[in-house]
Amino acid sequence: MTTSIPTFAGYGLGLRKEHYRDFLEGNVPVDFVEVISENFMVDGGQPRDILRRIREKHPVAMHGVSLSIGSSDGLDRDYLRRLRALADEIQPLFVSDHLSWSRVAGFSSHDLLPVPYTTEALDMVCRNIDMAQEALDRPLLFENPSSYVAFDGAEMAEWEFIDAMARRTGCGLLLDVNNVFVSAHNHGFDAHAFLAGIPAAHVRQIHLAGHTEGPGLLIDTHDQPVCDDVWSLYATARSLLGDVATMIERDDAIPPLPELLDELGIARAIGYHEDARREAA
Amino acid sequence: MNLATLQARFREWLVTGDEADAAAFGAGAAPGLNIYQNNYRVQLMGCLEVSYPLLRRFMGEQAFRVAAITHIDQNPPRGWTLDHYGADFAATLRTLYPHNPDLDELAWIEWMLGEAFVAKDVAVLSQDMLGGVDWDAATLVLSPSLRIRRAATNADDVWAALRDGQEDIESEMLSSCAGFAIWRQDNISRLRRMDDIETSALFGLGSDPAFGALCDSLVERLGEAEGIQRAGQLLAAWLASGIVVGIVMNESDGR
Repeated sequence: MTTSIPTFAGYGLGLRKEHYRDFLEGNVPVDFVEVISENFMVDGGQPRDILRRIREKHPVAMHGVSLSIGSSDGLDRDYLRRLRALADEIQPLFVSDHLSWSRVAGFSSHDLLPVPYTTEALDMVCRNIDMAQEALDRPLLFENPSSYVAFDGAEMAEWEFIDAMARRTGCGLLLDVNNVFVSAHNHGFDAHAFLAGIPAAHVRQIHLAGHTEGPGLLIDTHDQPVCDDVWSLYATARSLLGDVATMIERDDAIPPLPELLDELGIARAIGYHEDARREAA
Repeated sequence: MNLATLQARFREWLVTGDEADAAAFGAGAAPGLNIYQNNYRVQLMGCLEVSYPLLRRFMGEQAFRVAAITHIDQNPPRGWTLDHYGADFAATLRTLYPHNPDLDELAWIEWMLGEAFVAKDVAVLSQDMLGGVDWDAATLVLSPSLRIRRAATNADDVWAALRDGQEDIESEMLSSCAGFAIWRQDNISRLRRMDDIETSALFGLGSDPAFGALCDSLVERLGEAEGIQRAGQLLAAWLASGIVVGIVMNESDGR
């Protein structure tokens, strides 16, 4: 099954509190912004008001962290109801979350925990995606997470899992290039094999972010600029993909907006270059 | 290990740090599991710090940290939003500090200011709509952002002093019964101390929102002339401040 999600070619930033004023009062040169869905799944008040005002100026992508699509005991109906209400109001470019789990048996870790790449987990994830897409009445994008543990008994590579998941459910993909880099380092796989292995026709969005070096492992911290190796991997990804929405994610040590716009400029330059090469070929 | 078992053991590892749960994932998994557990605890600690910045300063770093660790150990998060995680922190403080109502009340103030900030929006009641109201049949609609409680200490003064950057603040027990009201007006969360009469009046509206019932209770407490006068004063103040956001004559006639 292919995905029915329309493509959007553009460059954006994750909208964070530190830059609300810039976006509300200025004319920030981005093609879209991405918001963390849960931050706006509230009953009312200033957050919803700010989002409405920003939506009047920019297309918005909604990116969630709490869907927990890999939960063995299904999805949270209240969460889905609130997410749908927000999506119905905002009419976002995309609604996305992660290929991960955070909740089980009434417990919520509030972290993006890894899914074992097994047939059983694939079946469960696909059932949950079908349920979520029906409840939200729209196809979703799922992001490859960064991970620090690989479980024994894996029956397929991460990209094979993602490929099967996308083809079975018709969901779209959000390719986080930094997460590919981090997980490839942590688990010793080839990042280029990952890029070649996922179904390019399903990718609608790209995340770019920074990471830090932990004890023996890379950690996805979103607190630094994108590093050269990830820029290089991004160029490879862009050479394989069609129109996508590309954005910079920064969640900690958030710099002034011009710094992020400079970084986004690098993403644009690489994207234009790879698009031109692909068209010329 | 099937998916449900794997997730149950991962949960146990995060919550308890029991090495037996970690060992189930193989020796090579330990460095990665440690990152997940560190993320889990740091995130919950950060959530409490963000939710209670003034309480943290009032208690001091060490005492707050001990209370937060106790809370995290005893209260694994359950809801889908991290924003709700600190909701029961006051209960942990009551257990740890049963003779310090100031901590309980300061925690309540910080938490409820946050809740009021994102409470449901309501249209502002126009003063023009008050003309011709049959007050005998009127019921009052309270702001969905309104939170009230009885107060034993001057935690509101402590909160204001901390907000203004003062240090070495002492709390005090109040000499008379009082209450705190928190609500949102013009996108700003507001805090006000109330005397006992106003506190009782707002609690009474929670069970019977009829303006007539409010008048009856105030007349019973203060006598007819003073009771009616006070009811009018309270209504005017609540309308002006956005604590009362609507007057309803019957189920179909909302104003």
